[in-house]
Amino acid sequence: MFFSRSKKRKDRLVFSMKKTKHNSSKTKANDNEKDEELETTIFHSRIFICVGISILMVIVLFCNLYYLQIISYRDYQTRSNENRIKVIPVVPPRGIIYDRNHVVLAENSPVYHLVLFPNKQVNTEITIRNLNELLSLSLSEKDIKRLLYESKTRKRFSGVEVSNFLTEEQIATFAVNSYKYPNAQVVANLKRAYPFADITTHTTGYVSRINQNDVKNLEEAGKLKNYEGSTEIGKLGIEKYYEDYLHGTTGSSKVEVNSHGQVVRTLNYIPPEAGRDLTLTIDIRLQYHAQKIFGNMKGAVIAIDPSNGEILAMYSNPSYDPNPFVRGIRSGEYRRLLNNPGHPLINRATQGGYAPASTVKPLMCVMGLNENLITITGSFFGPPYFKLPGSTHQFRDWRAWGHGWMDLYRAIEISADTYFYDLAYRAGINRIHDYLDRFGFGKKSGIDLSEESLGINPSREWKRSRFRQPWHLGDTVPIGIGQGYWTSTLVQLAKAHATLANYGVTNTPHLLKEMVDPVTLEVTPYHQEEPEDSLKVKDPKYIEACRTGMYLVVNGPEGTGRRAFFGAKYKAAGKSGTAQVVSIKQGEKYNASKLKVEHRDNALFVAYAPFKKPRILVAVILENEGGGSTKAAPIARSMIDKYLIDLYPNGYMGDPDPQVVKFGMGGTVLLQ
Amino acid sequence: MTTQDKVTLGQVNSNKVQGTFFSRHHIDLPLLFGLFAALCFSLFVLYSASGQELDMLLRQITRTGAAFLLMIVVAQIPPRLYAKASIYLYIVGLILLILVELFGDISKGAQRWLNLGFIRIQPSEIFKVVMPLCVATFLSKTSIPPKFITTIGAFIIVGMPTVLILLQPDLGTASLVAVAGCIGIFIAGLSWWWIIIGAGAGAAALPVMWNFVLHDYQKQRVLTLIDPSSDPLGAGYHIIQSKIAIGSGGLYGKGWLQGSQSQLDFLPEPHTDFIFAVLSEETGLIGFIVLISLYCFIIGRCVLITLNTKDNFERILCGSFTFTFMFYIFVNIGMVSGILPVVGVPLPLISYGGTAMITLTICFGMIMSIHTHKKTSFFRKE
Repeated sequence: MFFSRSKKRKDRLVFSMKKTKHNSSKTKANDNEKDEELETTIFHSRIFICVGISILMVIVLFCNLYYLQIISYRDYQTRSNENRIKVIPVVPPRGIIYDRNHVVLAENSPVYHLVLFPNKQVNTEITIRNLNELLSLSLSEKDIKRLLYESKTRKRFSGVEVSNFLTEEQIATFAVNSYKYPNAQVVANLKRAYPFADITTHTTGYVSRINQNDVKNLEEAGKLKNYEGSTEIGKLGIEKYYEDYLHGTTGSSKVEVNSHGQVVRTLNYIPPEAGRDLTLTIDIRLQYHAQKIFGNMKGAVIAIDPSNGEILAMYSNPSYDPNPFVRGIRSGEYRRLLNNPGHPLINRATQGGYAPASTVKPLMCVMGLNENLITITGSFFGPPYFKLPGSTHQFRDWRAWGHGWMDLYRAIEISADTYFYDLAYRAGINRIHDYLDRFGFGKKSGIDLSEESLGINPSREWKRSRFRQPWHLGDTVPIGIGQGYWTSTLVQLAKAHATLANYGVTNTPHLLKEMVDPVTLEVTPYHQEEPEDSLKVKDPKYIEACRTGMYLVVNGPEGTGRRAFFGAKYKAAGKSGTAQVVSIKQGEKYNASKLKVEHRDNALFVAYAPFKKPRILVAVILENEGGGSTKAAPIARSMIDKYLIDLYPNGYMGDPDPQVVKFGMGGTVLLQ
Repeated sequence: MTTQDKVTLGQVNSNKVQGTFFSRHHIDLPLLFGLFAALCFSLFVLYSASGQELDMLLRQITRTGAAFLLMIVVAQIPPRLYAKASIYLYIVGLILLILVELFGDISKGAQRWLNLGFIRIQPSEIFKVVMPLCVATFLSKTSIPPKFITTIGAFIIVGMPTVLILLQPDLGTASLVAVAGCIGIFIAGLSWWWIIIGAGAGAAALPVMWNFVLHDYQKQRVLTLIDPSSDPLGAGYHIIQSKIAIGSGGLYGKGWLQGSQSQLDFLPEPHTDFIFAVLSEETGLIGFIVLISLYCFIIGRCVLITLNTKDNFERILCGSFTFTFMFYIFVNIGMVSGILPVVGVPLPLISYGGTAMITLTICFGMIMSIHTHKKTSFFRKE
């Protein structure tokens, strides 16, 4: 027998030995048989062990599969569906913005991008380099590195934008060679374009790439889901204010894709709901005219229809082209805009806070009459300056020698400061604050733009919280002529005057005329708040008197605006204003040439026409340009001329039969 | 003592079926039936896995037909002849392996193919047949269980080609070849001491192997097995996609030709190594049960044949073939379902490919030969 170390085999050995002992007389053949028997036993035991191991293997496999297919079935089913099903957001076309005559102000124009879908079969870097050469994309090494990085970190199935804004020629070149680049594609999509560029920037605003901040805001508002797939969002102006309507509702396309991201079939399609088209109240021709007459002057103009609050034109100069913002403005270009001394990014019509100056005198008269502080015919002697009782501080009139005797009409016509110093002094700040509030100063005008400042409607509380100082009597006096702590935006000023021009009925100034659903053609007009009698004037005559005062400014013999409106084919009314930017020391004279440019006076003018039933009211502010009647009035005149005579000559132009009105110190005037 | 007395298990009796067509041509009918059923099953899976390509299916049918013919031819040759030829086959195989080392074609970073001008062969594949054959011949020269020195000799026989295949480098095939040889030695009655010492040495060698022997890509495969999500788009991609395919099949599967993972290209090599994932996705756990039943039938039949052999050579050879076959199944399904590292082992009888099919049918041919020539060899021995 053979030597063995195995215990088992020793046992067997013993067993076989026993057997051998019993059969000691058996032959060698028998021995052989024993060997064979042992061999068979060992062999069979080994086979059974192998069979046992095999059964164990089958059990292990079965358990694993049971775990995968039965226990984790839901999990893997979900993952399998995630693999094959992809929901592609279908971005709705953004609503188009038109002017009141259906001229396109913002449109979606097709642009072509070169997009690369990296996969494992093709070397991305070589492809990018070849394409760069073929289409002369002028990508730098840095750009290529950035693209390669993007191609590694991109989301599944999304491509890398190698180049945007391909030219026709580049598209043609690529089309011919496209077979060499199976994973590159020219993708067309729509980009916002503003054909009138800087003419409409401050009204239409612009859209730009959605940034982290936008994502956060959208998330907070619960709108993020609707922006899946959208790349742009309104950042300014109408584009921002009416973003929800312009954007529409994103649809979705549920598709089955293979492992390369190619769409195999569409499973479900929910069409997007297109954004609404907006028609604005502005007339691009008037807007264009505004830009033309502004030239290099800094300032803004608002033309508004007082009868309904529609803004016919709103222009702030200097302006800028919004189109680079859509594409993604270069930082250098942006810095230039930011550091431009003209501050083009600011909308001066709604964001600039200016002292409204003498333009508010008719408004102060409304207050004076309504509060019985003055009467229409009550006469007042205009000295060269006004002094508070017990004070030596001189509040000077703009005319060094004063104006002499005057009534309310003349006070407005010649813009006598002392009349209004006196009125303000007697009214007191509390009453003034109340009336300014009624006119809408110090609060949002309600214009449909997000970029709006509040201005300052000064009050005792305001001064205390702003300067921690009590209100002085001397603070009240300059408020009478629209100076001092009072600041107003141009749109507030236009709104206040429109209220007056509209016989005390306030309309909210607005840019939107109507919204049109491009599919159903359902029209939703702008919802104007119910006009309210915010002024609460006791006698309509009061308003009539103030309006007549403004009529005289333009038409009267001494009117400050008569020169600018000389020869007009309609009868207008208006009021000039010249606002000091810095205070002038007692006893000193204003001399524009000696002052720094940015310290020169601001020129303002508010005018409306036709006088009886005004169709247009224009408010102008010119920064550091000097006198309101000399600089701002011609602009107002030009705007009104353009609108009434050039653009809409068939409308109401004033009563054909003039009426003779007695006014003031025995004079008469033809009122049309 | 008669033959009848020796037959202890099963109904295998060559005397009774002596006159039939199949027995006269040395074909074992149950085994043939099992193989045929598995191959028919494979054609359905393959049609789906190939993306419903009829060309591929026809090619596979042709190859399968050829392989079956080869099996029948192999079955005609008496086992003694194989035993005599084994040493020559072994030497030829070794020479080819050395030639691969020197002149082999490089594919996927490893030298595995030898271009002989008219045919490209993979010598490592030869050893899947030759290794058990050689081990069986060597061990049956002496009595079993093998003596110490015989055991060492057997391990040298197993070791030489294994090392050469490892150098290619092809860890998968090397381990399969080594396992095939080791199963033979085990069946021959390898001492348990050897097994204990071997297991201990293997465990001790693991860190050494890891640091000095394994290539980076091989390490990556093992690491990926432990945590496939560590690199979901790289090395772990195959395992993840394969597990998703299997798991999403559920109990009944998504239906034939309806597997989204397989039909939409998410599976790597769906018609070869990963065909089991296709099968599982489309037919679910039921499909696995059907497949494993077929395999069990084939293996069961082979085990019966093995138990009925009387000669040590036949016993060892038959046993090694049978359990190597089982081992292939386990490795492939284990790899596809994510419990074993990814090694290039096709699913026996189901995966597309001629070489593996021919290797298998040769093995089954030899088993048939052993079974049907049994009586002759027994008498000759006596």
